[in-house]
Amino acid sequence: MDKYVCDACGWVYDPAKGDPDHGVAPGTAFADLPDDWTCPECGVGKDSFSKQE
Amino acid sequence: MNSIGKAIRISDKVWWVGAVDWTVRDFHGYQTSRGTTYNAYLIMADKITLVDTVKAPFRDELLSRISSVVKPEDIDYIISNHSEMDHSGCLPEIIDIIKPEKVFASVMGQKALESHFRIGSNITPVKTGDSISLGNMNISFIETKMLHWPDSMVSYLKEEQILFSQDGFGMHLAVNRLFDDENNWEIMEEEAEKYFGNILMPYSNLILKLLDSLKELNLPIKLVAPDHGPVWRSHFAKIAGLYGKWAEHKPVPRAIVVYDTMWNSTAMMAKTIGEGLRESGVEFKLLPMNVSHRSDVATEVLRSNAIIVGSPTINNNIFPTMADVLTYVKGLSPTNMIGASFGSYGWSGEAVKLLNEYLKSMNVEMVSEGYRAKYVPTEADLKACFELGKLVGEKLLAKSKQ
Repeated sequence: MDKYVCDACGWVYDPAKGDPDHGVAPGTAFADLPDDWTCPECGVGKDSFSKQE
Repeated sequence: MNSIGKAIRISDKVWWVGAVDWTVRDFHGYQTSRGTTYNAYLIMADKITLVDTVKAPFRDELLSRISSVVKPEDIDYIISNHSEMDHSGCLPEIIDIIKPEKVFASVMGQKALESHFRIGSNITPVKTGDSISLGNMNISFIETKMLHWPDSMVSYLKEEQILFSQDGFGMHLAVNRLFDDENNWEIMEEEAEKYFGNILMPYSNLILKLLDSLKELNLPIKLVAPDHGPVWRSHFAKIAGLYGKWAEHKPVPRAIVVYDTMWNSTAMMAKTIGEGLRESGVEFKLLPMNVSHRSDVATEVLRSNAIIVGSPTINNNIFPTMADVLTYVKGLSPTNMIGASFGSYGWSGEAVKLLNEYLKSMNVEMVSEGYRAKYVPTEADLKACFELGKLVGEKLLAKSKQ
C-alpha cells in the first residue's frame, strides 16, 4: 500500500502503521481513511496529502 | 553603517548578535506587553557561522552587533532554524551582503524560505542527526516539525554545549540583560507561560515527545539559546519542567469565566457564576472581553481546566468579541477542559446554543445545557447562575482530585 506525505508539514502516513492515536487501525489504506481525518501533526485535511514517490 | 550596538559574548566562541524590540505590542494578534527580542548568534569557529537572523527592520542592528566581532563578509555559514519572518525577515539581504558559502535549513525550511523569498536554491537542506563541521567545532541538527512550524529545527553546538532552540523555551520579553539569572524569574515565568499558551499549546503532545527525546539524547547542555527572550544558563531545568506541566495540562481547581455584555445583564450573570465557583472552593477569574485581550485569555486557559463562556444574543448571534476569543482559543486546542455557557437575551436568544456548539467543537466536556436569562436576570435567574458556577466548580474539584 502507498504511503502519503502531508504537503503542509511533511508528515508521512504509513498504512502499515495507521494512526492508532486517532482510531485508525494499522493496515488502513490512505483511501480508506475517514473523510474527516486530518494530519495528526498539523491538522490539514486528506486533500492536502500527496502519494509518496 | 551606523553603530547601533555591540555583540554580547555568551560563551568562549559564541556571541549574541540579535535585536531588542522595545516597541512591539501587537505580534500577529498576540499582545506583547513587554516587547521582545529577535535573537541571532554568531559562532566564531574556523567556519564563522550565523545562527538565524532578525526581523527585517532590525537588519542594521544585527549587522552592527556582528561588526563589533567580525566583518559580516567573513561569515561562512548561516543556519536558519526557523523560517518565520521575525527570524528570516532580513535573511535575503544578509545573504546578499555576506555572500556565505552555505545556508543550512531543514527540508521543510528550504521549501518555506523558497515560498517566502524565492531563495530555496541557496539553501542546503539538513535532517535530524546530520552534523556539519565548522573546522574546529561541530554543529548538529534535530528537526522539530510543527514546533511550531513545519520547518522548525534546533541546532546543537557540541564543543560549547549550546542548544540553539529556536522558538522553543522562548518568550516575548525585551531585556537589557541577556541571561535568565540576570532577570526577574516571576516575569520570565509569566511571559514563558504566555508564549506557551499562545504559540505552543496546540502542539503539546509534540512538546512531551521532544522533552522525552531530549532526555534520551542526554546532551550535555550549558546554555539553551532561544530566538526570543533571555538565554537559559541557570534555570533551564526549571523551565523544561514547566513545559512538561503546561503540555500535560492536568486538571487543577481553577476556572475562568469569559464573557461580554451589552446592558450589564450577562455581566451580572458572570459575577454570580463567579460567586458559585467561590462557594465550590475552586480558584476563578472573570475575563470581561471588552477589556481583556485574547492572548491573555490563552494564558488563563493554560492555567485553568474549566471555561464558562457568556454572551448576550445580538442579531441572532453571539457578541463579536466572543467570536474572536472563541475562534482563537479553539485554534489552540486546549485539552482536559470542562465548561458551560450562559447569556442574556431579548427575544430570540441563540447565543447559549451557539456558545455550546463552540465549546463542543473544542472537545470541552459540557457540564450543563447552559443558562439563559431574558433581558434582565431575576433573582431566580441569578440563583440558577450561582448553582451553575457551583456545579462547574464541584465537577472540576472532583476531576482535579482524580
